[in-house]
Amino acid sequence: MTALTARPPFRALILALAALFVAPAIALAQDDGPLRIEITEGVIEPVPYAIPDFVPENSNGRQYAASIARVVAGNLSGTGLLREIPADAHIGRITSFDSPVQFSDWRAINAEALVTGAVAVNGDNITVKFRLFDVVSGQQLGDGLQLDGGADNWRRMAHRVSDAVYTRLTGEGGYFDSRVVFIAESGPREERRKQVAIMDQDGENVRFITDGSALAFAPRFSPTGDRILFTSYETGFPRIYLMDVATREREMIGDQPGTMTFAPRFSPDGQSVVYSLSVAGETNLYLLDLESGQRTQLTDNAAIDTAPSFSPDGRSLVFESDREGTSQLYILSVETGEAERISFGQGRYSTPVWSPRGDLIAFTKSHGGRFHIGVMRTDGSNERLLTASFLDEGPTWAPNGRVIMFTREQAGGDPALYSVDITGRNLRRVPTPGAASDPSWSPLLP
Amino acid sequence: MRLLTPAILLIAALALAACNNPRGGGEDADAWGGDDAIGSTALGDPNDPDSIAHFNEMIGDRVFFTVDQTDLSDEARETLRDQASWLNRNPQFAILVEGHADERGTREYNVALGARRANSVQEYLVEQGVEDSRIRTVSYGKERPVEACAEQRCWDLNRRAVTVVSR
Repeated sequence: MTALTARPPFRALILALAALFVAPAIALAQDDGPLRIEITEGVIEPVPYAIPDFVPENSNGRQYAASIARVVAGNLSGTGLLREIPADAHIGRITSFDSPVQFSDWRAINAEALVTGAVAVNGDNITVKFRLFDVVSGQQLGDGLQLDGGADNWRRMAHRVSDAVYTRLTGEGGYFDSRVVFIAESGPREERRKQVAIMDQDGENVRFITDGSALAFAPRFSPTGDRILFTSYETGFPRIYLMDVATREREMIGDQPGTMTFAPRFSPDGQSVVYSLSVAGETNLYLLDLESGQRTQLTDNAAIDTAPSFSPDGRSLVFESDREGTSQLYILSVETGEAERISFGQGRYSTPVWSPRGDLIAFTKSHGGRFHIGVMRTDGSNERLLTASFLDEGPTWAPNGRVIMFTREQAGGDPALYSVDITGRNLRRVPTPGAASDPSWSPLLP
Repeated sequence: MRLLTPAILLIAALALAACNNPRGGGEDADAWGGDDAIGSTALGDPNDPDSIAHFNEMIGDRVFFTVDQTDLSDEARETLRDQASWLNRNPQFAILVEGHADERGTREYNVALGARRANSVQEYLVEQGVEDSRIRTVSYGKERPVEACAEQRCWDLNRRAVTVVSR
């Protein structure tokens, strides 16, 4: 992990997760330097931390004092990198945000990190402050931080605090202040009702954004999170829709009489959409410029070319094609139109998604009657399968490129959303109100 | 009752979907009777050789495929030849060929696979003299299984192309 080796010396609390492309790291504990959770291969023991209820700084702040701390704890513990020491084991009490911390109280319960916070509510506004401490060395990690905003955004503030703590401890970008667009499913499988819905990454604040009267699938966020693309059978045929998240206004795009259009994804600049168009049994990739409406055909053959995904620099696309028999992954240069196969393992590969970091491609693989979510480098090397089940499909990357969410369906069961980190550890079900599929992670919210 | 096959229900669903289109119009909506019509076609008596019921039940409205394949089996060809002669005898009916896949594949691949299956049926019907312009195709991928179970027997039934006729 180059991002990690570039950091100053530290007392490393070497944690779980995996460094990609490097040999398993050796956990070195140095006794000087700040607390640092290194996301590396081979771990192991989550770091114990404490997060007492935030201190209410006025009477209206009281209602959020515990709930903000709980949301932060849910995020941090949910990474699998940290383990919360429950409040009933605490000896120390944080009654004032600015009073010195009695580190001995927290060392006594073996906490290695401590998060303290305060909350005040004035009218419709909420102010949240937090500090992060390395209990072992008795030092504060980074500056205290204050967040201000509307009180109905208190969860987002808790996610911001979580992101700051995560980043200070791991050196990695955060991903908690983000959303997921997905398909909420209900009803019998033969007549399944499928609605587009958006929720916070932790499963809260679910909002349905289509009414379910028409079958919809595979939504995608725009690079700025303000628009979504999805495929719907509103007309009776698969068509692509572009929707403004705030206004819910939408339009059908890319339709062409006598064809089916689906699998839309934004380009990194948000100005174009790449998608599949099926006509006469052939499925090729097209690029649509949203401003001009100009359409460019990117592939031209009798095969199935679908599930495209742009590289972060916008110069390449990874997609799946069965042009050589079974579905495999190919990278297409947008400039030259040349496609090069990158997957060569056994089985079928599909739904490739380029990491926001640019370093990895996540995919679905089916082999021997099982389905897997895996990752490989962009040249196809270092393939690693992270999951296995009756049906795992459709990975999407967290904004920091460390966590993947996907659809899992057990034999005969309803689909649900799961997350796993890119080392294959910390597999978790993501809470949803009912059956759910096709997650797509937003960028970090502005 | 075989009469109310999912295919027939789908016709109704498609017609409703067209009517619910807030923008209305468009070639798809027109194909299903415009904005305010719900398509309705009498199924008739299966013993009447020109009834839809006869087409669906006696001839068979669907053909099946093997895993990942779009080739037509001998049995499928026989069914489609019978379908074609019914369709040629009843030119007043519009034809929608739906392609479907089993659940053992990813969603978008299956949409493309269903499109390929529907096209395979369309091409064969045209070879048998059915006018190309009467036929539209749609793929549902794995979204509309006719039988939902995590077993081979259901997957075999779901890898299908269904010929839906309507006036």
